[in-house]
Amino acid sequence: MKKLLAFALALALCLTAVSAFAEVSLTIAHIGPTTGPAALYGLATLHGAEIAVQEINEAGEFHITLINQDDEHNPEKAVNAYNAALDAGAQVILGTTTSKPCEAVSAVAMEDQVMMVTPSASSEAVIESPDAEGEYKGNMFQICFTDPNQGKASAEYIVENKLGEKAFVIYNNADVYSIGIRDTFVEKAKELGLEIVGEEVFNDDTTDFTVQVSKAQELGADLVFLPIYYTPASLILTTAAAREYKPVFFGVDGMDGILGIEGFDTSLAEGVMLLTPFVATAEDEAVKSFVAKYEAAYGETPIQFAADAYDGIYAIVAAAKAAGITDGMSPEEVCAALVPQMVNIQVDGITGTMTWDATGAVSKTPMAAVIENGVYVLK
Amino acid sequence: MIFLDKLITGISLGSIYAIIALGYTMVYGIAKMLNFAHGDVIMMGAYIAFCTLQYLNLPPVMALIVAMAACTVMGVVIEGLAYRPLRQAASLAVLITAIGMSYLLQNLALMIWGANPKSFPGTMISIPTLSLFGGQLKITGATLVTILANVVIMVGLTLFTSRAKTGKAMRCVSEDRGAASLMGINVNRTISITFAIGSALAAVAGILLCSSYPTLQPTTGSMPGIKAFTAAVFGGIGSIPGAMLGGLLLGIIEIFGKAYISTELGDAIVFAVLIVVLLVRPSGLLGKPVREKV
Repeated sequence: MKKLLAFALALALCLTAVSAFAEVSLTIAHIGPTTGPAALYGLATLHGAEIAVQEINEAGEFHITLINQDDEHNPEKAVNAYNAALDAGAQVILGTTTSKPCEAVSAVAMEDQVMMVTPSASSEAVIESPDAEGEYKGNMFQICFTDPNQGKASAEYIVENKLGEKAFVIYNNADVYSIGIRDTFVEKAKELGLEIVGEEVFNDDTTDFTVQVSKAQELGADLVFLPIYYTPASLILTTAAAREYKPVFFGVDGMDGILGIEGFDTSLAEGVMLLTPFVATAEDEAVKSFVAKYEAAYGETPIQFAADAYDGIYAIVAAAKAAGITDGMSPEEVCAALVPQMVNIQVDGITGTMTWDATGAVSKTPMAAVIENGVYVLK
Repeated sequence: MIFLDKLITGISLGSIYAIIALGYTMVYGIAKMLNFAHGDVIMMGAYIAFCTLQYLNLPPVMALIVAMAACTVMGVVIEGLAYRPLRQAASLAVLITAIGMSYLLQNLALMIWGANPKSFPGTMISIPTLSLFGGQLKITGATLVTILANVVIMVGLTLFTSRAKTGKAMRCVSEDRGAASLMGINVNRTISITFAIGSALAAVAGILLCSSYPTLQPTTGSMPGIKAFTAAVFGGIGSIPGAMLGGLLLGIIEIFGKAYISTELGDAIVFAVLIVVLLVRPSGLLGKPVREKV
């Protein structure tokens, strides 16, 4: 009897060991602004990540626990959120969603040697170390393009498709994101012979854009490049409509979300173009399935940020698979195991086929979308 | 033509500052306190108008009435709960309370409506754009209404304070609170009425502000509030025509500064002008110089 019991116990032990071996658990923390002025982005990345986690957990092999920490798009709060996430047992960070907080958190995470994959923080400083040489952090990877790449790709796209001859830039000179894109856009435009007739700036408190818009109008610009977020962009579109000024408005990923503003007359955004790696109406099977699940779960069409976060979770899991991680590793151990794998893996995501170099910057092909009848249409 | 266009934009922006400044100046003139929550009452008014339009699908006139009524009640309640108990306290205590009230209103709005910016519907003021000189000069309906509302409100308030009994009582309280109370004027009631009028004006200002610049979030009232306060000081705080003049000048200076000097320095120019004016005329453009008796 005793022998039988011992045997049964041993068997039970074996079984639990096997099941633990079959399913590696990994805790990922999402950090992003789920409240505050950039909540639209933070909620999108959180929801996108939730869909990916659900799919991976259903497939077995990995069991992901997703924790969420709110940073309110504030650098100090983001560092607190990061510490709270580690205290709650996070091993890898998916975040942060926006650039300024991400720069703050990535500096701390580099000290701690914790791996971070940001879905959408696109400034270059996110992956570069803050020292004078601007060395790369090594623990930090981006799913989205860096700002310089967005500016460069926008200029190339505009010239290639002959969208305009006289370009005007309106950007936020209090925001690293906006300045970063503007700088490379201007540089590339000069190189390609696209004439920039003028530039105007604004800051976070600006609500009156008549001066900026009328200057573009007076200079006869037929294309206005807007490397800015959607809230000021909506005001610029309204001002331009009131003045019956109809150039081509070309935005970047920050423009994504303009159709989601409550009360905004989306007919004003008709014809607005934006550079984006993800369009919800694309014919791709993986995109369709993601969009269907997202709509069923949250009742709205996913924006690019949601898709970036979805791909971010898959990138982390792909690296974890390649590294063969086991249960109970510390964040430092996970970081040491995953980072070398990131440069080897290739992820076929819904935002394109991605590879990474040692700097943490992603390489994938950008696409442009245009707003037609209130939806994004791939060009 | 470009100059004229900028001038009209400036007058339009200035008119909004002027209406907000009227609220500051009335409360200061009569209650001798700076109501820093005024900018946030404007924001609340705009949100209430937004909700009546967007969720209840009521016509714009109803939105205006509902917003004005709600803000009037809000103003009287704020005065009664937060400021009246401090009537005899040091002015610094009242100032801190007003700042606290400002944060309370902002966070209340954050709780009720969330942080996502809302776009104020253009249906609120559906007057077509006026096109002059063969389309070279365009004046939007919102601008026309703003300028008109400003003139009406200023004339109305001036008549009210000089002719109506309550208005005269306000001037008495403003002049000498103790003497007014000895003459049988109910000081508390007069101050409450001042807050009621100021808050109703805030609702109008909120609607006009958001019709011209259609973005609405819990912090919408702060920056215009500060600019309007500057306008009130500029024109001479406590003076109704002063607030109007200060607001208009501030708007025009801001737009001209941005257009002809630099958009980056636009706000800096505004405040630099304020400093210069205060150095030359410490009591503002139309303010009465007050001699301190020692």
